[in-house]
Amino acid sequence: MSDRTAIDDGDFAHATAPPRSPSRELLAELLRDKLAVIGLIIVATLTVLAFLAPLIAPQDPYDLGQIDFMDSRLSPGAQNTSGLTFWLGTDDQGRDLLSAILYGLRTSIEVGVTSAVIALVIGASVGLISAYAGGRTDALLMRIVDMQLSFPAILIALILLAILGRGVDKIIIALVVTQWAYYARTVRGSALVERRRAYVDAARCQALPKSRIMFGHILPNCMPPLIVVVTMRVAYAIMLEATLSFLGIGLPVTEPSLGLLIANGYTYMLSGDYWISVFPGVALVLLIVGINLVGDCLRDLLNPRLRR
Amino acid sequence: MTAFLLRRTAQTVVTLFVMSVIVFVGIFMVGNPIDILIDPAATPLERQQTIEAFGLDRPVWHQYWTFLTGALSGDLGNSFLYNQPALDLILARLPATLELAMAALLIAIVFGIPLGILAGLKPKSPLSRTIMSFSILGFSLPTFWIGLIMIMVFSVFLGWLPASGRGETVDVLGVPISLFTLDGLSHLLLPALNLALFKISLVIRLTRAGVLECMRMDYVRFARAKGISEARIVSVHVLKNTLIPLITVLGIELGSLIAFAVVTETIFAWPGMGKLIIDAIAVLDRPVILAYLLITVVMFSVINLVVDILYSLVDPRVRLEDQAE
Repeated sequence: MSDRTAIDDGDFAHATAPPRSPSRELLAELLRDKLAVIGLIIVATLTVLAFLAPLIAPQDPYDLGQIDFMDSRLSPGAQNTSGLTFWLGTDDQGRDLLSAILYGLRTSIEVGVTSAVIALVIGASVGLISAYAGGRTDALLMRIVDMQLSFPAILIALILLAILGRGVDKIIIALVVTQWAYYARTVRGSALVERRRAYVDAARCQALPKSRIMFGHILPNCMPPLIVVVTMRVAYAIMLEATLSFLGIGLPVTEPSLGLLIANGYTYMLSGDYWISVFPGVALVLLIVGINLVGDCLRDLLNPRLRR
Repeated sequence: MTAFLLRRTAQTVVTLFVMSVIVFVGIFMVGNPIDILIDPAATPLERQQTIEAFGLDRPVWHQYWTFLTGALSGDLGNSFLYNQPALDLILARLPATLELAMAALLIAIVFGIPLGILAGLKPKSPLSRTIMSFSILGFSLPTFWIGLIMIMVFSVFLGWLPASGRGETVDVLGVPISLFTLDGLSHLLLPALNLALFKISLVIRLTRAGVLECMRMDYVRFARAKGISEARIVSVHVLKNTLIPLITVLGIELGSLIAFAVVTETIFAWPGMGKLIIDAIAVLDRPVILAYLLITVVMFSVINLVVDILYSLVDPRVRLEDQAE
């Protein structure tokens, strides 16, 4: 069972050995990979732009005082009567698309990262406890993990959102529930190997508390595969959030993410107003491709089987 | 084998039960579907009558009991929205969704395996690098967005393929299938390709990883030493061993294709279960949501079971009893 569910993140499940180099050396190695550097630059640029949105965006797309309905569905590069240029055009409500994208990116990144961090904390704890306790606890926890992983993420998210309704907090809950099991499985895999090592015996001989051995000694050594899973999962969480928002069951209209912007433009696509959907989509794709490029390189670097 | 089957069936029943309770109580707590369904201008009497007609005035455990006894005799209740049996609504749309998922799976296999083998045999060549870059792209492009772009390019600008709906169907054993008409195929192509993109990348990566690993094996070296042609080594020795894990993954992915069809169906207005469930969630149409979930859980359990049995058939080292532990 665990064999088949291990597929999509599984390539590096064996990367349990601690890296021979500290994190600084890992960064240096990462910077030697061209694709990874491109990915890092894309992600860094988009993140900075997104968080500076209130300062650099031409208008506040959610301040109704700044939006003129007369400007709706202007094509990219058009100017309105007061001389404001809409470099990426406007949407159906007359919002400057560039500004809306910057604000949307911020929402998408916030939701994706927050849910990944919460899922990481929960998943890593479950994985550690499962590996450390062993026996029945382990069997029970892993049965839950396996059962959850046998259902596609989107199905679980659909069920939860049907029950919970819409909202930022609710979509974060849904994303956490769909993601934690991946972290749990990754950490358990590494921790099972780590707990048999001499340093754990040494810590036990010192009569250190269990929690300290688990979180202070074992967890840091499970980091290499975990880092890879985190990068990949953040990308996936952002994509899933966009998908759910696009379907109209994710974020509310008051908190528009990129998915919602794309959904708004969907209606106008067939009449040829391509930019309303295309540009937010390009921003989303750039962000996800960037994260995945970094993650892909990290995966190769941290996989001992592929180390040169 | 019998013990294994029994255990798996029992597991499925437990999953079904737990899930139905969670969803039932969950939806009960979120809100009253009546508020969404009934005309706000209705008189209190009409309102009361509708509530009673749906049995929504009774306590939740009582409602659940009614649902459970009905479900055991094959009646999952009537949809609040359409006032038709929820199960019939889902089953009527099931063939369209299955057709879409199967077509996508086929596309993923036909494109993914050859490209994966190419990339695995010469991992350093420019062609392999191009294939792998495309597979990263395939992982990163959100299905719904690429669907919109496909509609824009192939339907709006080029006008080659229809953008929405299902084409002409032919009844095969009473099930409408659109694979055998030109119109049906032209409607199926875009949504199936859209749904398949993510899986093509997955199959490419898995095949490549499998080929890379197999090529290092002693039996490949031995086959070479025996003077067997490279083509035969790849097609017989390597491919066979690569396919074993692939079968399992593809089985699981069929389930995920059925679930992700929700997105593709929404974009291409494909008349499958996905569109139905999104609408049902919007109005808290509890019977339809429950029926959809129960059907999907049963389907997934069957797929998982078939995959496990297949796995034990192609790889004699795997024993079913061990897996059930």
